Amino acid sequence: MTVLETHNLTHVYAEGTPFEKTALDDVSLSIEKGELVGIIGHTGSGKSTFVQHLNGLLKPTSGKVLLDGEDIWKDPKQIRRVRFRVGMVFQYPEYQLFEETVYKDIAFGAKNMGLSDEEVDARVRRAAAFVGLKNELLDNSPFDLSGGEKRRAAIAGVMAMEPEVLILDEPTAGLDPKGRNNLLSQIENYRKENGTTILLVSHSMEDVARLADRVLVMHKGQLKMLAPTDEVFSRAEELEEMGLSVPAVTKVFMGLKNRGINVGQNAYTVESAVSALVARFGKGGGADA
Amino acid sequence: MLNDITMGQYFPGNSLLHRLDPRVKLLVTFVYIIAVFIPQNWTGLAVAVAFLLLCVALSKLPVRLITKTFKPIIPLILLTSILNVFYLDSGNVWWDAGFFKLTDHGVYTAIFIAIRILCLIAGSSLLTYTTTPTALTDGLERLLNPLRALHVPVHELAMMMTIALRFIPTLIEETDKIMAAQKARGADMESGGMMQRIRAFLPVLIPLFVSSFRRAYDLATAMECRCYRGGEGRTRMNRLQMHGRDVATLLFTAVFVAALIVLNIVLPSTL
Repeated sequence: MTVLETHNLTHVYAEGTPFEKTALDDVSLSIEKGELVGIIGHTGSGKSTFVQHLNGLLKPTSGKVLLDGEDIWKDPKQIRRVRFRVGMVFQYPEYQLFEETVYKDIAFGAKNMGLSDEEVDARVRRAAAFVGLKNELLDNSPFDLSGGEKRRAAIAGVMAMEPEVLILDEPTAGLDPKGRNNLLSQIENYRKENGTTILLVSHSMEDVARLADRVLVMHKGQLKMLAPTDEVFSRAEELEEMGLSVPAVTKVFMGLKNRGINVGQNAYTVESAVSALVARFGKGGGADA
Repeated sequence: MLNDITMGQYFPGNSLLHRLDPRVKLLVTFVYIIAVFIPQNWTGLAVAVAFLLLCVALSKLPVRLITKTFKPIIPLILLTSILNVFYLDSGNVWWDAGFFKLTDHGVYTAIFIAIRILCLIAGSSLLTYTTTPTALTDGLERLLNPLRALHVPVHELAMMMTIALRFIPTLIEETDKIMAAQKARGADMESGGMMQRIRAFLPVLIPLFVSSFRRAYDLATAMECRCYRGGEGRTRMNRLQMHGRDVATLLFTAVFVAALIVLNIVLPSTL
């Protein structure tokens, strides 16, 4: 079932001035309920502009965004409702923290929805648990948290609104490998438990390969590909022309193939690479040594 | 949404106005701001406007850019004009409604003031449009240098101005981002009464403050790493130098001011 659709979405910044720039050019696509779509593209390709249209932070110059088949700008006064249903975590979200305590900050969005105090409390605790924030941290000032904890608190603030669609713009940027791994597993778990549709904007092909069902490729404001992950990463040359790449392990596999070593199909994650190699060369003997 | 702020913005170019010494531009602008108040008759005012139009033409900037700066001050102009028309009842009466007299004196003064304000705004925006913020503060520092003898921290003031100007676009961008993030969490900044709106702005102001402090610390560290220790014994990479065009501009401006004064003496006053 389709949850989000865009029809000929176009956005022009500073229209009619010397700085005019078409950031989005005629993007039409649809996102299925419950899927996880990775969004990749070079810096300035229009990814951020695109996702900001999905919850009505930006208004299209022309074209439409449909949520459950309804134009989100049908009644501009109701645009806040759309923002509760399509949650958006910006890049470096830790810079949006402002409340006295972590608890209050996570509750900000849920409170804006006009929920009862009990409901808000339950949601805050659930969201904090999802991102792995310890209970005793909730009464601290958000400014006393470590960098990674701040990031998780900010993400919990959007999760507490329990949106049907969750958009994450580079959630792992600037985190250490461990923090990155943890956060990605938490996102996976959150999705499994809530069935939330997730859109993940990322520069890391590894992250996208690990999580995404489908990958959306943007280039110069245009939609270049929207296809299952393995299909997108099998078009390595096209991606490289757009200044993108494929996961490192995929590169290794392609290199092996070019050297005439038959490794079977392509691999996009280390796990799939291991199983592909094991299947090809068999367990035990030389392969293990 | 906040990108519409054009005042104080530099527009790159290579016109005569762009190439003039910033000290000369500052001086001329300063003199011009005073000079627009000299004319007491239409001819003088026309000369003052003509001087401005000449500068606009020399700057090769699109005229729309200049007229755009008028928009925010239209209310101010309307207010002062209306006050003038209402309160001045000397001169020939055109229309008398008892409590209110429309006189030629009042109307002329209103027109004079409106044109003067427009000239002021256009003149000073021309300065910032054609001068980079660094050149501007550089020029200011040099012009104010004599005040050092009076223990005025000229270099420090100029440095503070440079930094402030440099961070305006950064902070605007940052505000935009934070506002978007809070709106995404359902913050409502567009409705409600005044108090409600001010309170709704806290989620933007606090992170903005925090990040300004962060930036200030980072900047201080970066400056210290490059051995910044104030203006004492500091030399410059680009030394300001006066050229023929700068001297010519100063002379031309002097002639312009003299002409305004002469016109005041020779012609009768309209005000």
